[in-house]
Amino acid sequence: MVKVDRLCFSYQRESPTFLNFSWSIAQGERWSVIGPSGCGKTTLLYLLAGLYLPASGEINIDGRPLPGPRMSTGLILQDYGLLPWTTAFDNISLGLKIRRLDSRKVAQVTREWLSRLNIDAVSDHYPAELSGGQRQRVAIARTLALEPDLLLMDEPFASLDALTREDLQILTIRLWQDVPSTIILVTHNIEEAVFLGKRIMVLKHPPNTEPVIIENPSSGYPEYRDTPHFTEKCKEVRRLVECNARSQGRGKAELS
Amino acid sequence: MRRGMSWKPIVVSLLVLFLIWAVAALVVNLPILPTPWVVVSTFVLDLPHGLGWHILMSGWRIVVSLLIATAVGLPLGLVLGQSKRLSRLFRPFIYTTYPIPKITLLPIIILFLGIGEVGKIFLLSLILFYQVLIIVRDASAGVQPELIHSVRSLGANRMQLLRYVYFPACLPAILTSLRISTGIVIAVLYVAESFATKSGLGYLIMDAWQALAYPQMYSAILALCLLGLVLYFSFDLIEKRFCRWVAIGEHYKEAGYV
Repeated sequence: MVKVDRLCFSYQRESPTFLNFSWSIAQGERWSVIGPSGCGKTTLLYLLAGLYLPASGEINIDGRPLPGPRMSTGLILQDYGLLPWTTAFDNISLGLKIRRLDSRKVAQVTREWLSRLNIDAVSDHYPAELSGGQRQRVAIARTLALEPDLLLMDEPFASLDALTREDLQILTIRLWQDVPSTIILVTHNIEEAVFLGKRIMVLKHPPNTEPVIIENPSSGYPEYRDTPHFTEKCKEVRRLVECNARSQGRGKAELS
Repeated sequence: MRRGMSWKPIVVSLLVLFLIWAVAALVVNLPILPTPWVVVSTFVLDLPHGLGWHILMSGWRIVVSLLIATAVGLPLGLVLGQSKRLSRLFRPFIYTTYPIPKITLLPIIILFLGIGEVGKIFLLSLILFYQVLIIVRDASAGVQPELIHSVRSLGANRMQLLRYVYFPACLPAILTSLRISTGIVIAVLYVAESFATKSGLGYLIMDAWQALAYPQMYSAILALCLLGLVLYFSFDLIEKRFCRWVAIGEHYKEAGYV
């Protein structure tokens, strides 16, 4: 599904974030990407979204190179992703309108997703009137309404309180069970990475040259959080992340 | 100025102003300060006989200038706001020409464009153009990059980004800056109409003044004030109608939700 081949990327005048970095993702896999801030996890997501272009190397999605944003890739950001000047309803229908679907179809699909994510009641509210959790539900609905085959999420639940965050993590798992599209979720939260990622990639301080991968095959259902497996896996990820951070001498404190 | 004044205090403030005027006129008791009822009745009686036409002429000049300034300033502002390079290139020109009091260019404009409509509308458009250009440039440069990324990831092309992101992001700023420019625009219109012309409220005021027709002069001044007021409230209403989200956002910010 996604093939990253000898990717190099650096911001202006800075040392490279990625150096000959290769990574591959199969169709329908759920990935978490974790690492301290500044490790390049958001950069990687923007590269996969086609919003940034690699300096060298190649990103192939569905067998084709990526020249820019791809129609069937969905992107959900932590914040500021919704248009503040339109209602929840119009935000969800935005992508459908951009694709020039006829207005009856747009309204129908939008209503479907409003009820699917349980936000019918706030359909004519503006983002400022919504709670953080409702806002992210709108963002998820807007993206999933386009039926993406690749879903990229950048710390989507980081600004939410603990209960709402768990609620939306379970929602993510449920939605994935309905339609198992490929998901790549970037987070700095170890529990979130373990709960949601069937495979977990740990990034370290740049330059990242090769992916460090932890397999997490038993994840993928809402009750996973309460199993000893989950606790063990969190410890394992924490050890690896801390070990990476220690070898770099910084970054440890930024992880939660 | 705070958004969303309600009508009641505005009406009260107008009544108080008229009351002060009436008392002053009765105390002074001179032809150079007629009472409000004399001026208002002159206003009403003259409305179908010339005054109405002069109001329309002045209003027309303002509306056309507004349209021209927006039609030119909006796209240029959007371009400058999105291109750091062009913005850097033009910044010194805007910086040095913005503080020039454009009204002083009036004699030059008349020399080049004549005393007709073109010169007046050019001058008004020029002033409004700067307001629109600068506000749109800054507002569109200030759009959250996350917002642009997420809408681009939905598949939006450049035109769709303008339509769904940049334009609505700039609209409140444009309306606010036009609303705030109302005072300048009315003042400049008055000066531009006060010489070498036979139409508009500026002409009417100067004409009545020279003819010592004080009630007529006052009623023309009143008309110019009303024109400014109508313009100001129109921008306010458009903003309330099309930028509901701004008021909602402010409400929530004040309440501490955001």
